[in-house]
Amino acid sequence: MSILAEAGLRGRAAIVGLGELAPTKKPEGRTPLELISEAAMAAIADAGLTRGDIDGLVVCPAMMQYSMLWPSIVAEHLGLSLSYMEFVDLGGATACGMVARAAAAIATRRATTVLCVSGDTWDPQGMYLKPPPLLFPLRDFTVPYGAAGANADYAMAARLHMHRYGTTSRQLAKIAADQRKSAQENPLALFYGHPLSIDDVLASPMVCDPLHKLEIVLPCCGAEAAVLTASDRTQDLPHPPAYVLGFGEALDPDPFQREDFLTTPTVESARRAFGMAGLGPRDVTLAEIYDCYTSAVLIELEDAGFCHKGEGGPFVEAHDLTFGGDFPLNTNGGMLSFGQPGLGGGMTLVLEGARQVMGRAGPRQVRRNDVAFVHGNGGTFTEECSLILSRER
Amino acid sequence: MSAKSPLDRPLPSGKGDSARYWTALRAGRIELPRCQACESLVFYPRPHCPVCHGHDLEWVTLSGRGRVYTCTVVHRATHPWFMDKTPYVYALVELEEGVRLPSQIVGVPPAEVTIGLAVEALFEKVDDEHTLLLFRPAGLLEA
Repeated sequence: MSILAEAGLRGRAAIVGLGELAPTKKPEGRTPLELISEAAMAAIADAGLTRGDIDGLVVCPAMMQYSMLWPSIVAEHLGLSLSYMEFVDLGGATACGMVARAAAAIATRRATTVLCVSGDTWDPQGMYLKPPPLLFPLRDFTVPYGAAGANADYAMAARLHMHRYGTTSRQLAKIAADQRKSAQENPLALFYGHPLSIDDVLASPMVCDPLHKLEIVLPCCGAEAAVLTASDRTQDLPHPPAYVLGFGEALDPDPFQREDFLTTPTVESARRAFGMAGLGPRDVTLAEIYDCYTSAVLIELEDAGFCHKGEGGPFVEAHDLTFGGDFPLNTNGGMLSFGQPGLGGGMTLVLEGARQVMGRAGPRQVRRNDVAFVHGNGGTFTEECSLILSRER
Repeated sequence: MSAKSPLDRPLPSGKGDSARYWTALRAGRIELPRCQACESLVFYPRPHCPVCHGHDLEWVTLSGRGRVYTCTVVHRATHPWFMDKTPYVYALVELEEGVRLPSQIVGVPPAEVTIGLAVEALFEKVDDEHTLLLFRPAGLLEA
């Protein structure tokens, strides 16, 4: 049994309320705080609760409204009185990290019912003129050489994977195409109503070779919220709970110097999450895995243990990844089809994992919804956080 | 970064713990601190070793010879200054000494840059204050 399992954190909290706004390509005159409030109130109502039931709040940076005292600002806006508040800043691992902290806070009785909410107005064109404050020293050694943000790093990962393991662009493109099929059952997705074939992905413009435009997430505006409460308080609530059976986190700060660029801290974050849950990859019936790029999905699948290192290409080729398939993956379309509303992008995957486990996914409901593996990936495979959500404790 | 406007060419500040690195580039040398306790090369430069937290660092000169560890051909740049410079090859170069440096591979058509390609350092003087470290295929001059 792992240390985390021994700590008594397994299954002590559950996701019971979901709030998600339809993403938009432009801010449409709205601020991140306004979007966050709307999603938060939707999630509280969805849980059958009221403002006064919330005693914990977990937030994350809104890049377009970056401010000190953000937890207090959000709490003030929503009129919340709190016994626990937290600010999580883990890049793409943020959303999973928020839920992990909320679950731990509930398990240790620092709060009974915690609101996790994220949102942003991420306008890709505006970002050039007003870049978010991202001030790590390594920038002096990358940006002057034309580093194309995360695009270049994930393209270099894809290229190395192809070189070493024979992975093909068609295999990577299938991830985007299968997810897009699932998105056709998600009216909230930015690309709802726009089906996509593997050939369409490969015909889209090359951005950073070998990654095409349609293998890269589209930043957008939106907000997402989840309400968690203690597992022993869920019986009178309107929806079945999605129990948080396990969570795990890992950081390797230096992707360029690590022994192998393609072996990421997901190995450790998934191992810790599965260890707490007492489950393994074979128990998972659906996966919601951070898809900033197709290459990210491939490498996370390998490192989480769904296939061996280097076999991600054949794995995605052999499985139907749509919601009706034999390995349902990113069943709301993933961020590649839904859009990436800032750090909240990862929260759409958390919400979809919970929605499926609760049996509330409607036309895209997976047949076997027992256990969801949800994963967030930040930086260049730097911060990783994994969650195990389950229908039963 | 010392660019005055977000549209200007992005250049390193050249100050602080890395000042010596950028000064050496201006003289045509690659220098990095090496930890005397665990022998790790420290990149980016800082006053301690991130591997063992040793503080006994000694600046050493590196060969400038290495291989392309991985790379990408950038067709759409993110920074505005690079937008009309595409396509170019952004790469992670593994030097003979083991450290991997992000850089560009120049002097060869982008399509000819492959993983494992032997490369050597090229110092690009941008202005009196800034010299960047690029790489080109090894032995290009002799050929």
